[in-house]
This record gives sequence, structure tokens and C-alpha cells, in this order.
Amino acid sequence: MTGSLWRLLLRALTSPSGRLGAIVIALLTLFVFVAPWLLPDPSAMPDLLAGALPPGAGHPFGTDQLNRDVLSRVVSGGQISLSVAGLAVLLAVTLGALVGGLAGFYGGWLDSALMRLVDGALAIPRLFLLLLLVAVWEQMPLGALVLVLGATGWFATSRIVRGEVLRLRSAEFVLAATALGAGPGRIILRHLLPNVAGPLLVAATLGVGDVILLEAGLSYLGIGVRPPTPSWGSMILDARPLLTTAPWTSIFPGLAIAITVLAVNLFGDALRGALDPRSA
Amino acid sequence: MTALLEVEDLRITFATRSGTSHPVDGVSFSVARGELLALVGESGCGKSLTALALLRLIPPPGQIVPGSAIRLEGTDVLALGAAELRSIRGRRIGMIFQDPMTSLNPVFTVADQISESVRAHQRVSKSAARVRALELLQEVGIPDPVERLDNYPHQMSGGMRQRVMIAIALASEPELLIADEPTTALDVTVQAQILELLDRLRAARGMAILLITHDLGIVAGRADRVAVMYAGRLVEEATTAELFARPSHPYTKGLLASVPRITGAVTRLQPIAGTVPAPTAWPAGCRFHPRCPASLPRCADDDPPALAVGDSHRMRCWLAASGPS
Repeated sequence: MTGSLWRLLLRALTSPSGRLGAIVIALLTLFVFVAPWLLPDPSAMPDLLAGALPPGAGHPFGTDQLNRDVLSRVVSGGQISLSVAGLAVLLAVTLGALVGGLAGFYGGWLDSALMRLVDGALAIPRLFLLLLLVAVWEQMPLGALVLVLGATGWFATSRIVRGEVLRLRSAEFVLAATALGAGPGRIILRHLLPNVAGPLLVAATLGVGDVILLEAGLSYLGIGVRPPTPSWGSMILDARPLLTTAPWTSIFPGLAIAITVLAVNLFGDALRGALDPRSA
Repeated sequence: MTALLEVEDLRITFATRSGTSHPVDGVSFSVARGELLALVGESGCGKSLTALALLRLIPPPGQIVPGSAIRLEGTDVLALGAAELRSIRGRRIGMIFQDPMTSLNPVFTVADQISESVRAHQRVSKSAARVRALELLQEVGIPDPVERLDNYPHQMSGGMRQRVMIAIALASEPELLIADEPTTALDVTVQAQILELLDRLRAARGMAILLITHDLGIVAGRADRVAVMYAGRLVEEATTAELFARPSHPYTKGLLASVPRITGAVTRLQPIAGTVPAPTAWPAGCRFHPRCPASLPRCADDDPPALAVGDSHRMRCWLAASGPS
């Protein structure tokens, strides 16, 4: 399976949009996690009276109202935004695959119970659910934010997985695997879920985009990632009063969000194309 | 020859809203080590269900009726727990299916799928399993096995896929291979090759085969014994030579008369009148009597038991009492 995953990634890179998405993601990740060593220390005491400086030498993205380097903050905010999104989506996809796999494979009352739970959860807008949780739990640590984003993100995924597993469960290769002595766990994990990897991966990439936007939204509302930890969303919040006088303070974090989400979606789509052996 | 598998009075029941039916109703047979037993019958006679029952793979709501017995060298298959059952599936009894288009997992390569079967039953490294997969592909006669290892199922023809299925089943070295209509979905020329292969593997490995088919023609040269099934029951059982030389049950005779022949005078094929009744409507008495050209008055009421026609030749027909015709 590791070999086939590797082949899969290589195949996704043969499409131009997949290559573009992957390059942008790789550069962004590298930049966000390596650049802090090359940039001015964001915790260094800035010259508070200098105000927001426009982009120029020394500050390629300019500085904000506290004269902090916007580039440095975009970079360290990116670390937070990308880590939160990546981990939350990993959690959401794992939960969705497990719940959907169990519901689809076993059917019956388990299926009904799990899917009614999902129906109920999907009836509540995710943002409201998050607002409620975050409001109840003030000063939520970053790890808990990841858990909450992950735990509210698996509903749609579980439906996709359930549908696919339900369709594949009666396929003859499942009967053949059973006849070879595979148990239910092995059949779900080794035989059925790999067949769902395509839709799962698309759900995951779209999920990354979603979670980045959601985290930015929460932070923009002041209840996600809390200051002084920078995140792209909270930077835009901070920059709101300067929208007309110092637009660079909100343009750069906004661009970071847009580019990341776009790249992730491009790559996810290419991966979906590559995952389908019939399109090879 | 000692019996590897013994099936006694196997009954399968399906309880549905429209009533209870017994698509398999009192089937008994045995398979010896290294033997090729052919189970022959029309669609709907219960032969595939019988095969699935041997590995307890009957789809719900089907159930094996208590009182049935399936013994693998003395082990009561019907009494096994889930873990013990899994250790028999594949390892001792392997199975291949009718449609090689759907019985392979579409997202894994041939090497992945054979290796998995190898590793499910032996503790070997991934690279050793891959080497074993290559040997198995050679054993089942796939040309260019090295290139084929990394193919996906959709890149192969039906005959190739069936060979891969056989390789997967062989990987765990079963003592009995159940082949459920293994050639039905294939071209006639490929059919012969697959049967040839099964026969060769049987000889080389001493593996018993239960061949399930609707086609008496493919049975003739290969099976040691033939069991003919009709409406959930075995109606006649004999060695292949005996069955073809002296078919005794009117149903078997009818089946043989409906198979085209190359030798002999050209005559019209004789179809059997009527159709197989549905399992919910098995007739009383002998189940074949409404379609039987030789039915006696008693056939409508009295169900004939398995009666001896000769040495190791039995049939469920009252004609047996009056000697072979």
C-alpha cells in the first residue's frame, strides 16, 4: 500500500494543476516553517511610535500599527493556521471514515443510529456549533480548538464513506476476501476504505480549505486563536481599523488564506483524478 | 481415499416476508483428498448456496438449519467460532467465483492482492511475499508475470483475472478448492484453459476440487465423480464414467440429451419440458415428477430416497427399485 500511495502521488503530479498545487503547498509549508529563522524576530521589541510602515526595504510586507513586521506575523500565523487545519482535518477524516465504515458495513440499527446522529449534527450550522462550544469554554487552548474543529468536521465525510461502503459491501471481492479468512475489521480497513480513498481525499482537501477559512473566521471574531499568538484570521481582525490607511496589514494575510485554500483544492482535485485507476 | 469433506443432510432456510423456503434441502456428499467432484445443476437448484454454506458464507437472511453437518476431516465446521472459522477460510478451503471482473479488488495491483493472501497465512516479509506472488503467477500460467505483477485488475482480460483469482486462492495452499462456476463468464477457449489449469494444479498439489457448474460438457473429461442437483437435492451421484455410460435419473438423462454432441448422428437437442420450480413452491412427492417423462403414479405422493443403482451410483428415483434402465 505504501508503494501504491507513492505511485499515486507521482501520478497526481503529472497533471499541471496538481503540480502547481503541490508546488505552492510545498513552498508555503517550507516558507512558513523555515522562514522564521531568516526573518526579524517577531517578539523583538518594536519601535511602538513608528506606526504602520508601508512595504519597503527591511519590511517587504510593511508593518502593522504596533510596528510589527507583517511578513514575520504572516509566517508565524501560517504555522498556526496550517497546523490547526492539518490536524483538525486528519481527525475529522479518520472519524468520518470509521463511523461511515461501521455504519455502511454493519447496517441495521447501528447504521440508523449513527446516521440519525449525523443528520441531527448536520442540521446545526457548524459555525454556530463552534461559537457555542467556544463561548462555553473560554480561553480554549490551541489543542482543544483542533479537537473541536475535528469533532465537528466529520459528518459529511461519514455520509460519503457510508454510501460507498454500502455499495461495495456486496461486491464479490468482499465475499472473496471473506472466503480467504479476512475478518470484519480487515475487510473494512484493507478492502473497503482503500476503495473510498478517492472521495475521502477530496473530502479531506476541501476540508483543509474549509478549516483554514473557519479558523480564520473564528479568529476574526476574536474567539479562535487568541492574541498575542498570530493567525491569519486574527491578523485581519487586528488590521480592520487600518483598512483604508494601511491596507497591506490585511491584504497579505488575506492573500495567504486565498492562495493556500486554492492550492490545496487544486492538488486535491489532481489527486482524485490520479486515484481512479481507470483514468490512468 | 479418506474423506476430506463430508456434508450430511445440509438444509438451508430463507425466512422472508413471503414465507419460508428451503433452497437447499437435505444434501449429502463427500469429497476425498485430491478428488475432483463436480456438482452439476441448473440455475436456482441450490448449488452455489451449497458451496457458500461450506464456508458459512450464506448471505442473510439465509441460515443453515440445525441438524445439518459439515465436517472437514472430523472438524465440525458449523460449530466453529468466528476466529476458528477464519483460520479455515482460505487456508484449508479456498474459493474462486464466477465473475473474475468483480471478485478482484479494483484499487490494488495483482502483486498487492496475491501478497496479501500469502501474508495472511504465512509470516513472511513483503519482498518475500512478492517473490511468492511471482512464482504463483508463473504457476497459474500468466505470460510475462514480471510485468503483470504491477497491473491493476482492469488492465487484464477475464481469463487472466480468473488465473489471478486462482493464484490468490493457491497462495494459502488450501486442501480443498471450491470453484463456483469458474468458467461461466469466460470465452469457450479460455474455459478449457482454466479447467486444464485447475486439473493440473490438482494433480501437482494433491488438492481436492469441488467444481460447481451448470455445464455437464465441461465435467466429462475431468471430474472423478459427478453429483447432479435438482430443486435443492442431489438426484444422482456416480463416478463420471458410470454417469455418462449409464445415466439413470430421468433428470440426468434429460440434461445429457440437451447437451450438443460432436459424435453420433445429428439429432435435435431435447430440452427438458417446463422450468425449475421456485424454492417456495417445491412440488410434493418427487420434485422432478411434474417435468418427468417417466413419472409413475406414486411419484406425486412418495418422495424417493437415495437408492442404489450400482456400486457408488445412487439416485433419488423410484425407477432405481426396478433396476437401471
